[in-house]
Amino acid sequence: MATLHTRSAARLMIAPSVLLLLAWMIVPLALTIYFSLLRYNLLMPGMEEFAGLTNYTYFLTDPAFFQAIFNTLAIVIGVLFITVVGGIALALLLDQQMFGQGIVRILVIAPFLIMPTVAALVWKNMFMNPVNGLFAWLAKLVGLQPFDFLANAPLFSIILIVAWQWLPFATLILLTALQSLDEEQKEAAQMDGAGAWSRFVYLVLPHLSRAITVVILIQTIFLLSVFAEILVTTNGGPGTQSTNLTFLVYAQALLQFDVGGASAGGIIAVILANIVAFFLMRMIGKTLEA
Amino acid sequence: MARNVSTQRKLLTTVVAWTIAILIFFPILWTFLTSFKTEAQAIASPPVFLFFDWTTENYFEVQSRSDYFKHFMNSVVVSFGSTLLGLVIAIPSAWAMAFAPTKRTKDVLMWMLSTKMMPPVGVLVPMYLIFRNTGLLDTRTGLVIVLTLINLPIIIWMLYTYFKEIPGEILEAARMDGASLAKEIVYVLTPMAIPGIASTLLLNIILAWNEAFWTLNLSAAKAAPLTAFIASYSSPEGLFYAKLSAASTMAIAPILILGWFSQKQLVRGLTFGAVK
Amino acid sequence: MGSITLKNVSKVFGAHAVIPSIDLDIHDGEFVVFVGPSGCGKSTLLRLIAGLEDVSDGEIIIDGKNTTDLPPAKRGLSMVFQSYALYPHMSVRSNIAFPLKMAGEDKAVIDKKVEDAARVLNLTDYLDRKPRQLSGGQRQRVAIGRAIVRQPEAFLFDEPLSNLDAALRVNMRLEISQLHQQLKTTMIYVTHDQVEAMTMADKIVVLNRGRIEQVGSPLDLYHKPDNLFVAGFIGSPKMNFISGASAAAHQAHTIGVRPEHLVLSKDQGSWRGTVGVAEHLGSDTFLHVNADGIGTLTARVSGDFAVTHGDQVFLTPDPQRVHRFDEKGMAIR
Repeated sequence: MATLHTRSAARLMIAPSVLLLLAWMIVPLALTIYFSLLRYNLLMPGMEEFAGLTNYTYFLTDPAFFQAIFNTLAIVIGVLFITVVGGIALALLLDQQMFGQGIVRILVIAPFLIMPTVAALVWKNMFMNPVNGLFAWLAKLVGLQPFDFLANAPLFSIILIVAWQWLPFATLILLTALQSLDEEQKEAAQMDGAGAWSRFVYLVLPHLSRAITVVILIQTIFLLSVFAEILVTTNGGPGTQSTNLTFLVYAQALLQFDVGGASAGGIIAVILANIVAFFLMRMIGKTLEA
Repeated sequence: MARNVSTQRKLLTTVVAWTIAILIFFPILWTFLTSFKTEAQAIASPPVFLFFDWTTENYFEVQSRSDYFKHFMNSVVVSFGSTLLGLVIAIPSAWAMAFAPTKRTKDVLMWMLSTKMMPPVGVLVPMYLIFRNTGLLDTRTGLVIVLTLINLPIIIWMLYTYFKEIPGEILEAARMDGASLAKEIVYVLTPMAIPGIASTLLLNIILAWNEAFWTLNLSAAKAAPLTAFIASYSSPEGLFYAKLSAASTMAIAPILILGWFSQKQLVRGLTFGAVK
Repeated sequence: MGSITLKNVSKVFGAHAVIPSIDLDIHDGEFVVFVGPSGCGKSTLLRLIAGLEDVSDGEIIIDGKNTTDLPPAKRGLSMVFQSYALYPHMSVRSNIAFPLKMAGEDKAVIDKKVEDAARVLNLTDYLDRKPRQLSGGQRQRVAIGRAIVRQPEAFLFDEPLSNLDAALRVNMRLEISQLHQQLKTTMIYVTHDQVEAMTMADKIVVLNRGRIEQVGSPLDLYHKPDNLFVAGFIGSPKMNFISGASAAAHQAHTIGVRPEHLVLSKDQGSWRGTVGVAEHLGSDTFLHVNADGIGTLTARVSGDFAVTHGDQVFLTPDPQRVHRFDEKGMAIR
């Protein structure tokens, strides 16, 4: 599509981005792998020694690790379920004619624009706090004992907070996709005698499949690495009940200064992300091709 | 073609939609209201909604006690800095891939996207050590570098999809009209791409402003942007809801406004052009 | 001046030779049309001449100078694109002025030249509008205006009329022809529409799969097509091709008869058939006839010919105007 001259100019212009990202990919990752094979604690400088796979066996036999894997997946699946189902419902609702649609849209989008630390702190203190939170007040109002969300159901609470942040994202994307559905197609289906439910199943849902795929893909990338919400609400606790893999590695590295162990955890997180990405891509690769 | 639905149905939809929208928005609204209460009113039971003694004292308190403005400026510098730096690196690349594509262009783009798949925690340790050893830890420069790198793929992808919409024939026309490569970019491409560049800028400022993994782990007192500043409110338990709310309101207000302005581009940018 | 010579020019994309090898001479002031079906390489050939693509091999000589390795801007050519390729953020005036500005002309000279071009093209009233505020025909004129202000050695047109509606297309065709009369500058015009080729060209180059099938004046191609491809491509409705016994009678593998060279009769003639569809245009009548033992033939009669579906008719080819082709599809003369 172009001449030699523009092509060589093009190569020159791509180079900085490619080199930077290549460096960003390779250098730290290689270092992580290297560290993961060392016994290396920041509190004991100068004591570094080759440790083989000890860090991995240590990490993989730690009961906290299995809890973390479970929690990581629970957060991903839980949030995905809430946001996709809720997002479809909300998108269908917002696609209807109503008064003040623009304002409704703006209100619904808002949580996505809130920084994670603010979102988590607001929920933690002003809603889920068993003494002063609004939920506690509501519970007392109907005669129930206030429930200490973050102490008794930490994982569920975090899923709730994260889902609140991501619901707008799913809604917005699904709504955009919904609005690109040809009105004439819907009318044709109506002429063909399809009721609201069959129109949804046979027309709307297939039309949304691409957008749903995109929502799942992008959210998964971010949800695998939920961090700030855990840090400011439960700090991974009680115990390790709400520790995910990201938080576990963080704790190992920056709270216990165990560079070797944390690096092994980091590598495991990378492997896990790749496994998830691999299955995700296979499952939904076809939808995106179309 | 919009269908005409009965007013009755429209009213019903309106009531349902508004109720849900307000419920979703409520935590933000509540934060906003609480920021104007006294600490006592903030935890009053039953809670007070609108009829309290409005005060702006919390805002001043937050500023004087913890130098809010410093952290605000950290956020501004880090998010604008990383976005602008990203744009400078990305514009030529996106230009090249959109208008002089080769067989490998698609692969390069996919590869760039795949760098986003890597969980940040996988490289947390070396990044922390590199930053510590080079003195970048807890500096604005360090945060700008990291945020530029993590958002670069998104910036390139967004620009690429916008540039793709500029017909190649127009650039060829410029070439036929005697424009050099530089003039082609200055006189023809850039003016046509400004809307796309602007939305890319906006979205990435939002993403950088709200980034809360690297900013939390690589900054402390000095360079902490608002994400990290707010997180510092998590430790002391006690009666500080009004101040927390004031700080939160100030942290989220600028980005809420930016986000509302750019909601159309948001979808496109966040889905790398897959959904428009 | 604007003579253009292609020597052994080829273009290869990967393993695929879009243009295997082409030699062509275009004289100064000629209106040359490249015509052929889509994918025949005509646009690629034009882009090679323009310098928007590199040749894989061969030389392009413009005005006696070897320009093969020169960038587009240095070749002294102007181009009008299919999509017009106007700069959407610039006014009509700035659009037309752009090539002059790039050439570093004086402000006063630019203004004068733009005004002149606008007058010629009836654009004076629109100079301060943006392209999106113009109709398709007006945009086309702006594109032409941008091309003529530079006073190039030659104009290149890449299917410039394909985005216009039918009526406007006929008008613009005429305007471009008139422009050529006025400027007497070499023009190379690419189209897939053989009517445009026939009506505008001094010289037509028929391309097929990257090869030149025939070069000649419109009437040359009409009367003496070199091969089956040209015979079938030039002329509307298409030439009828008949092989088998009827062709053997003319000592040919295939014979071709244009619809307008079939004499029709209701009671006698060489071939008998039934009318499938009759299209009555008033000025002409087109008949699609199922001829016994031959197949479907298209015939064209001047004026009205009162038959309808199912009627029996007789067809006789004008013996002077039967085109004969050998088994390789080449004309037998």
